[in-house]
Amino acid sequence: MATKSKGRHNYKKMSMSPKEYQAYAKTMEPPRSILANCLKAFVFGGAVCVLGQVIQEMYVHLMGMSEEAASNPTVATLILISVILTSLGVYDKIAQWAGAGSAVPVTGFANSMCSAALEHRSEGLVLGVGGNMFKLAGSVIVFGTVAAFFVGIAHLILGTGGQ
Amino acid sequence: MLRGKQSWWFENRPVIIGEATVVGPDEGDGPLAADFDLVHPELDMQQKSWEKAERLLLEQASEFAIQNAGIERDQLQFYIGGDLMNQIISNSFAARSLGVPYLGVFGACSTSMETLALASLIVNSGAGSQVLAGTCSHNCTAEKQFRYPTEYGSQKPPTAQYTVTGAGAAIVANKGEGPVVECATIGKVIDLGITDPFNMGGAMAPAAVDTIQAHFNDTGRSPGDYDLIVTGDLAGVGHPIAKELLLKNGVPMNDTVFGDCGLMVYDVQKQKVQAGGSGCGCSAVVTYGHLLKRIKKGELKRILVVATGALLSPLSFQQGESIPCIAHAVAISAKGG
Repeated sequence: MATKSKGRHNYKKMSMSPKEYQAYAKTMEPPRSILANCLKAFVFGGAVCVLGQVIQEMYVHLMGMSEEAASNPTVATLILISVILTSLGVYDKIAQWAGAGSAVPVTGFANSMCSAALEHRSEGLVLGVGGNMFKLAGSVIVFGTVAAFFVGIAHLILGTGGQ
Repeated sequence: MLRGKQSWWFENRPVIIGEATVVGPDEGDGPLAADFDLVHPELDMQQKSWEKAERLLLEQASEFAIQNAGIERDQLQFYIGGDLMNQIISNSFAARSLGVPYLGVFGACSTSMETLALASLIVNSGAGSQVLAGTCSHNCTAEKQFRYPTEYGSQKPPTAQYTVTGAGAAIVANKGEGPVVECATIGKVIDLGITDPFNMGGAMAPAAVDTIQAHFNDTGRSPGDYDLIVTGDLAGVGHPIAKELLLKNGVPMNDTVFGDCGLMVYDVQKQKVQAGGSGCGCSAVVTYGHLLKRIKKGELKRILVVATGALLSPLSFQQGESIPCIAHAVAISAKGG
């Protein structure tokens, strides 16, 4: 086994162009099942909505709130659940399964803020937690606000919105 | 010394007289658990930050390597180390507690073999007689720096890899008992334009191919001269690509066993690691923990470790740059081999 083969080789360089290689590498990627991911997202995202509805009904029936008044504490309760699950290290594991189903509802927004706050706690409260909490959620707020602005302009021009 | 275009031949046969590995819980659940010197049951290792935990891994691995080599700390002349953190803080801070003259290097996940090659070069040239090479990575520091906060719920694609929490350190000496570092091939930076940071294996495969071919061209060796050739962390996507490209270029890879550390460190079917392991610690803990033990047991006579690294930064990929990659190969054999 320890014998050295002294024959000189001259293996040639990669013959693929970057474009060819990228196309080839693409074919080697395991497929992502879009259908299964959509289904999982639908099931989990739907379950979050059902949970939200149950919580809202509880506020209406057990605490005598109006349906409109119950919506704010409902959202707060969902956020609280998400923050607790994030802090226990469970939410990211759910997300690997649920995909968009856990990212799109308000629980996903809460998770993005809570996870960033936890992660940067070691850099202090002001520059760490304060400075990084909106690291991921910030762009949602920025583009949400910009979108709202343009929708508002459109309503103004068309005379459809507002009182 | 210089052999061919980019390889170093170590004619004075530097010896790895002691090595050690320390890992985290996921690696402890993997198939190589019994080969590591210490398995931490918790990811935070009772430290206040992930960064401190990563540093602790390296400090412990260095300490154990010194013990396993049966030498004193002040007998070490140099320490060469690197990691994935910005400004390689894990190594610089560990070197502070080690108190040994230090050279910090960066080669991303190829650092394990980059440091081993450099340590062997120093010993072979007589510039040092006992040199420590070390590297480390931590899953959570890598997630935090390169991806998202660790608890952020994002779905990872099947091409993604799981950064190994672990550190490996080895002491190379001019005499003593242990496996011999025969030669090393230093890789070129290769970039075929892959931009997806969730497909590092695919990006790095051409770099591994380039270095492996250069190694055979420079040394005149063939795959059949090795009982095992392992790549560092190409994992489930990159490793088959590398094998296919090598075979296509006429390299007879079927004459040897061609494996990948990223596929060995975890049970890829059972553990949720997507395509497999990655990170500086990946090739370090598999080589120093598992493969050197197999050499010492006589199961392997000669191996080639090709550590692969993706030289990207969070900034470069956000700016749309592709991923430059590198691979360094080191040949290790049993003492009499």
